[in-house]
Amino acid sequence: MATKEENASGTPALVFEGREHSLESLHEMHDMMLFIRRFEEKAGQMYGLKKIGGFCHLCNGQEAVCVGMQHAARPEDYMLTSYRDHGHVLARGSDPTAVMAELLGRAGGIVKGKGGSMHMFDAERNFVGGNGIVGEQVPIGLGLGFSSWYRDDGRVTLCIMGDGGINQGGVYESFNMAALWKLPVVFLIENNQYAMGTSLDRASAETHLFKRGISFKIPGMQIDGMDVLAVEKHMSEAIEHARSGQGPILVEAITYRYRGHSMSDPATYRTREEVDEWRTGRDPIARLENQMIEAGLASEDEFKQKDREIKKRVTAIAKEAEAQPEPDPAEMWTDVYANPIEDAYPYPGKVG
Amino acid sequence: MNKITYREALNQAMCEEMERDANVFLMGEEVAEYNGAYKVSQGMLDKFGPKRVIDTPITELGFAGLGVGAAMAGLRPIIEFMTWNFAILAMDQIVNAAAKMLYMSGGMYKVPVVFRGAGGSAARVAAQHSQALENWMANVPGLKVVMPSNPADAKGLLKAAIRDDDPVVFIENEINYGDVGEVPAEEYIIPLGKADIKRPGRDVTLVAHSRMTGFALAAAEELAKQGIDAEVIDPRTIRPLDEKTILQSVAKTNRCVVVEEGWRFAGIGAEISARIMEKGFDDLDAPVLRVTGKDVPMAYAANLEALTLPSVAEIVEAARVATGRA
Repeated sequence: MATKEENASGTPALVFEGREHSLESLHEMHDMMLFIRRFEEKAGQMYGLKKIGGFCHLCNGQEAVCVGMQHAARPEDYMLTSYRDHGHVLARGSDPTAVMAELLGRAGGIVKGKGGSMHMFDAERNFVGGNGIVGEQVPIGLGLGFSSWYRDDGRVTLCIMGDGGINQGGVYESFNMAALWKLPVVFLIENNQYAMGTSLDRASAETHLFKRGISFKIPGMQIDGMDVLAVEKHMSEAIEHARSGQGPILVEAITYRYRGHSMSDPATYRTREEVDEWRTGRDPIARLENQMIEAGLASEDEFKQKDREIKKRVTAIAKEAEAQPEPDPAEMWTDVYANPIEDAYPYPGKVG
Repeated sequence: MNKITYREALNQAMCEEMERDANVFLMGEEVAEYNGAYKVSQGMLDKFGPKRVIDTPITELGFAGLGVGAAMAGLRPIIEFMTWNFAILAMDQIVNAAAKMLYMSGGMYKVPVVFRGAGGSAARVAAQHSQALENWMANVPGLKVVMPSNPADAKGLLKAAIRDDDPVVFIENEINYGDVGEVPAEEYIIPLGKADIKRPGRDVTLVAHSRMTGFALAAAEELAKQGIDAEVIDPRTIRPLDEKTILQSVAKTNRCVVVEEGWRFAGIGAEISARIMEKGFDDLDAPVLRVTGKDVPMAYAANLEALTLPSVAEIVEAARVATGRA
């Protein structure tokens, strides 16, 4: 339960399960969740207009996980996920115009138009993808965690997967090594309850996914992924656990995606009632707004005004991104090798 | 010059690079306490300690991915596969992650990892442990594929591979581990992408890599007795390929036989002979011939195993056909 309080200096704040959140921080979390929501809606529209191609996986409904975890992490911590990555990279603070330009396949895309929806990277912000093969990012995250152990650099890796990815073999190989060597990794499962069209109970013998680390002695917890304050609190605990040298930890965040798996999925495998129950009953943005209003920290009008501003901003971002040219054709040949060998075949930068 | 084995050469390369650069570490099954399944990492645990020479569980996909992630974070992992047969389990991390990461990330994330281990046929270990898969990986942009045939090349090429900023697939040969050869006493590096003329000759070019280089050299000795002067070229790096050295040789000899241990269909020999056709057609006085492993899984029985592999006699025969002596 969230309550309004004033801290020692008299600034308004909200206390959630003993954790104090400043008004500024609450607005930040709210605005980023709402921004992601509107950004994804815009991406959906642009896809409908055939301006975005290929696969496009939206995270509407899952914003609290992206934002809560980001608020719990430090900038130097590594973060990597699977292909449903727009929300995470935006929460991480990457340039939204570059993210939109990437979706549109433009020159100013965050990875120069070479990755698209599934391959967002931002090395400056330690966002390590954007990986397209389900579960593939988990051994890579293990390696990032290993590097922190090797260098003793105090960083934690937030390695994110879904309730689909959790069934890949490489995940368990990674759990084992992470636990064996006590690597500073938080394995976060975004359990949105459907792996594409397959519901959790049709894919997992043990549906309590936070227990999946038990045979590796990895502690696990299940949290409400529709509550940004709960995500922030428990991810902070998990990150602290990993940073303190106690080894990996597993967090299962229960969440829900409002849209289909990808843009081509009408999601007929679940009922409208079920979607509505999550959408109207448990929406993470409405929830934080209500908490803040109830605590007397904000008003409904204020949020309405913010929403108008954010929609305007997203429209401007989309316009700016769309106005960018496509990548220079010469870009096709760049970034294949860091150390290209000029005098051997296939010759860098040319055919034949 | 020092006389050392192929395995000692690999060991020296790793030790020298680990002494030079604290970011280099060795990880794999049995590399530390057991001193290496093939003793390539003998003594390295004692020298560098358990933080830099790390035994893994039997978990190829996992530790290959660990290598990719650690490399993206700026370390320089040497990931040992006990043999490349087991690396098939790790193919997603090699092909879908390591090879493509620089491109997919728009140049943000380099992956300076070396995946190394024994490839090709071993002795009497049957189908799942005897195969040459270099053509799989040579097909993938983003990877470099290196296959040394002797101790000196093994050392110089492995040092280059460790210093390279791209993922390098470094395929050794189990049968060659005990081979002794002369290795320069002073430090040296053999650049990737450079072939080597192992034996000069005028009448026919034999292109062969890894263990087959030795077979080609033995065939050249036999051919010399028959009055045919063969030139033996070892590409050393399969991808990218120093085709100029091969084409120059063919321009001189006008005849070529490509030898490989792997299967014929879409093999390395297919690529090399296609390039000679594309770039050196006018130099050819005869079709390029290929001597390859037979198109069957490897059998256990000694006679079947020998029949499955290319032989010196087959190379001699192909060279005789190519030179019009058969």
